[in-house]
Amino acid sequence: MAKRIEDLKIIGNKRLNDDFFILELNGDTKIPEFKPGQFAQVRIDGSTETFLRRPISIHDVDYEKNTFKLLIQIAGPGTKKLSQLKEGDILNLIYPLGNSFSLSAKNEKVLLVGGGCGIAPLLFLGRYLKSSGCIPDILLGFRNSSRIIEFEEYQEIGNVFVTTEDGSMGEKGYVTRHSVFSTQVYNRIYCCGPDTMMKAIASYSRERNIICEVSLENLMACGIGACLCCIVDTVKGNLCTCIDGPIFNVNDLKW
Amino acid sequence: MVNLGFSIGDMYFKNPVLTASGTFGYGSEFDDFLDVSRLGGIVVKGTTIEPREGNLYPRMAETPSGMLNAVGLQNKGIDYFEKYIYPRINTYDTNIIVNINGSYIEDYVALAERINKLDKIPAIELNISCPNVKMGGMAFGTNLNSAREVTREVRRVCSKKLIVKLSPNVTNIVDFARIVEEEGADSVSLINTLLGMAIDVNKMRPSLSTITGGLSGPAIKPVALRMVWQVANAVKIPVIGMGGIMTASDAIEFILAGAAAVQVGTASFIDPVASVRILEGIEDFLIKRGFSDIREIVGFINRQT
Repeated sequence: MAKRIEDLKIIGNKRLNDDFFILELNGDTKIPEFKPGQFAQVRIDGSTETFLRRPISIHDVDYEKNTFKLLIQIAGPGTKKLSQLKEGDILNLIYPLGNSFSLSAKNEKVLLVGGGCGIAPLLFLGRYLKSSGCIPDILLGFRNSSRIIEFEEYQEIGNVFVTTEDGSMGEKGYVTRHSVFSTQVYNRIYCCGPDTMMKAIASYSRERNIICEVSLENLMACGIGACLCCIVDTVKGNLCTCIDGPIFNVNDLKW
Repeated sequence: MVNLGFSIGDMYFKNPVLTASGTFGYGSEFDDFLDVSRLGGIVVKGTTIEPREGNLYPRMAETPSGMLNAVGLQNKGIDYFEKYIYPRINTYDTNIIVNINGSYIEDYVALAERINKLDKIPAIELNISCPNVKMGGMAFGTNLNSAREVTREVRRVCSKKLIVKLSPNVTNIVDFARIVEEEGADSVSLINTLLGMAIDVNKMRPSLSTITGGLSGPAIKPVALRMVWQVANAVKIPVIGMGGIMTASDAIEFILAGAAAVQVGTASFIDPVASVRILEGIEDFLIKRGFSDIREIVGFINRQT
């Protein structure tokens, strides 16, 4: 699918809590066919502080309505600006970018693991898996019960397990300690979240020969493989997160 | 019809908009967004004899109206370029210029000799101004004797047009421009990035793995413009101006200051079609202002005083 640069219209900006919001976008033209795990480079206008675009995962896609969603965490001045967008505002995107999660076979037992903003690409991935006949388990980690977002949406695609750091919902602690890892046997794990979490999941998977893919979010400038800023150290040498990733098989990473 | 063309000696460019090395890959990264053949030229990613992995991550930091990078000349080396990249890009109907880098003068000479054999590469850009490598790079471009020597040795073997890319990290850039002109450079391009630094206050450590890096983007434009103006007034060879050009108006400023052509760099990261947009904007400006040839406005401000 060819990459494009396009002005899209904001048709919704839904605030989920202090940190998270969802932008819903639609364009004048037909949206491209996204692959799970892909992202968009979003331009932030009107501030000298936010010179570069921000890479944001595709969270959900509705081809019938010709719309898609970005789940965004306010992490700095750029995402703060995005959080202030209103219905009818225009957002300039370069998209769809990056590779995709490799898709599992129907009879595989699949686990999706997300922490924080890392849950973003897993919804679209889950929908994709479900439509191809695979019902995944989904393990999501949050700080506490009031921070839980998009719970119902994830329930639509599979069996949702939750951990909270204070135990206010689901199991207490980090996702990496959840009981599914001792009670279930998975063929494949897809993971996105903080580095320490992904590294723990990666080593768990490696020890058991489980196929494991993670979604990285390195700092990037261009998003199209020109600047060579978002490199990740792999067994194949330095690769670009933007074009060779953002999805990597953990066996290729030097973790 | 406006004439946008210019020449470095007998090397013709159909228009004055080129893309800067390290910001446009090998051109093909931008095929989805624009027709590379519309450009006056592309300067491909800095190339070395041996493959280089570049510096450790993080090698980029966003700064007010710009960015710092410390990529460190990551590239697959001249063998790979010759074998796999050159055949893929030499069908573009534009000037493909290879930016060459080395740790030693012998590296530059060897690279120039290799490029001599590539028919579709009409020029090299001698990069003596990369701030992000431990050896060579900017060391050549911030010492007058080294700049003289590397230009002389490369000129001796180089059968292509020789463009020398100057470092702004010097007290007087004009001295460097004059010296490389004396040694036979056909053109100078300036400026490379300005040495800079950023610190992550939350982590209380430098934002870049290398601590310092090269600053680019609109933040450096006034500095770049001043240097281009100074150099254009001091040398006879064509000057290629760059540094923070985001719009056609920015590019026209450089041309009015004396640049025969411009390179668009960091702008392509934010807007992949920036180079073509700038080209169209320059043409519009000339038409609206009643000029029939871009040469009428090259160094225009210098004729007024």
